[in-house]
Amino acid sequence: MAMAALRREGRRIAAPLISPQPINPIRSSIASSEYDTIPFAFRFVYIYIFRNRMKSVRNIQKITKAMKMVAASKLRAIQTRAENSRGLWQPFTALLGDTPSVDVKKNVIVTISSDKGLCGGINSTSVKISRGLYKLNSGPEKECKYVILGEKAKAQLVRDSKKDIELAITELQKNPLNYTQVAVLADDILKNVEYDALRIVYNKFQSVVAFLPTTSTVLSPEIVEREAEAGGKLGELDSYEIEGGETKSEVLQNLTEFQFSCVMFNAVLENACSEQGARMSAMDSSSRNAGDMLDRLTLTYNRTRQASITTELIEIISGASALEG
Amino acid sequence: MLRQAPRFLLRRASAAAMRWSRPFSTDLPAETAGDSKFVDAWKKLIPNIDPPKTPSAYMAPRPPTPSTIPSKLTVNLVLPYDSVLSAKEVDMVIVPAATGQMGVLPGHVATITELKPGILSVHEGNDITKYFLSGGFAFVHANSIADIIAIEATPVDRIDQNLVQKGLAEFQQKLHSASTDVEKAEAQIGIDVYSALNAALTG
Repeated sequence: MAMAALRREGRRIAAPLISPQPINPIRSSIASSEYDTIPFAFRFVYIYIFRNRMKSVRNIQKITKAMKMVAASKLRAIQTRAENSRGLWQPFTALLGDTPSVDVKKNVIVTISSDKGLCGGINSTSVKISRGLYKLNSGPEKECKYVILGEKAKAQLVRDSKKDIELAITELQKNPLNYTQVAVLADDILKNVEYDALRIVYNKFQSVVAFLPTTSTVLSPEIVEREAEAGGKLGELDSYEIEGGETKSEVLQNLTEFQFSCVMFNAVLENACSEQGARMSAMDSSSRNAGDMLDRLTLTYNRTRQASITTELIEIISGASALEG
Repeated sequence: MLRQAPRFLLRRASAAAMRWSRPFSTDLPAETAGDSKFVDAWKKLIPNIDPPKTPSAYMAPRPPTPSTIPSKLTVNLVLPYDSVLSAKEVDMVIVPAATGQMGVLPGHVATITELKPGILSVHEGNDITKYFLSGGFAFVHANSIADIIAIEATPVDRIDQNLVQKGLAEFQQKLHSASTDVEKAEAQIGIDVYSALNAALTG
């Protein structure tokens, strides 16, 4: 019965564990159904195999627990800043409205992602949304380009949209995020990329377990004027008096550049928060998984150990009784 | 009739599912016309993925223009790292517009102005609070809401006179030794900011 349980366990634990030592050749070369035919002495090897496997799973559990703590502390640090920056984009949306369905010729999709992995599905979600926006905004006479922030989205988008990537920026979080850095970045993007509409794709941080994929749209000054004349959401823009600067178009130009840098700053902070939150929950489920694996391994280890002790006792006793006659 | 039943049930189920798909969010007001156009276009082309949210979903809609002039002006002063004033009801604000100091009272005409470095003073009854702004934009809406977006805003009593003098001298020096246009422009910006700071402290 213990052998049957071990056979079952053997099948379950064979694949996913990463074992660094030369245990693998032994383990994989012995199918669990042949266990009974192995001479007794080699069964002790199995106990060592289990022990080593348990040690490595325990180490993995410790590492993932530590990573979760680190992510939690980083999240705490950045969460207050992200929440404070939420007021920054609201005046622009109140003035210029939110126009994700605007129809323009040159779309630029700015995808914000993380540099490091092990953070759950947020980068894949951002890439999926970016691809969706690309599809939505492609058509005759329309073109769509990507500007990518972060390694992970770059790795995914380079595979099938390499010719559409205008700019790829990595190592954003080497220094703590601040407005000056993001303003310089926004300036770079605006100088090097021709755009009618910039669509920023990021994950908004709603709570430690919830991240909402979001897209913010920033229009170029010409499109703002076009939409203001066409009426609709921006129709009231003409009723605003423009002060400062020489001409209306100059002020609008400054306004759109400022809007882009403010929206980018908030988006980058929110995405960083989402990254840390997602990493926390990924590492948490990983530690829990390692704990479950450890429990199962402990059970089979004990069963193997007891089985071998029992077998040894049986052999001794039957040997002794054979001598007695 | 039995063939219609599954379709009917599916419609009922999907309607129920749609009602359930917006849980626990108190800050999601009704979607506006532009949003529903986007959402519909998305759903048609990409049915398997949920459409992304847009900023208007995270913002409470602004009140419409009232017919009579309200008595108080609502001011929002936001910085990248903090909202200094949010929805504060005041009597008047004086903003440092690029064309000079501009006073904004309730019922002011809708305006978009660029700001230069200078003092923002907020008048509430007999209290006057002064902030030194580094520059930005100010929007005054027709419904007597003023949004001021700046990069830095410090209360005037936190500014150190000595550092201001030193900075001014430094940037004047830089302007003299500047060779390229970019350096000249940067030095000029520095001089503008420091002279404004100086004026703020003395004036």
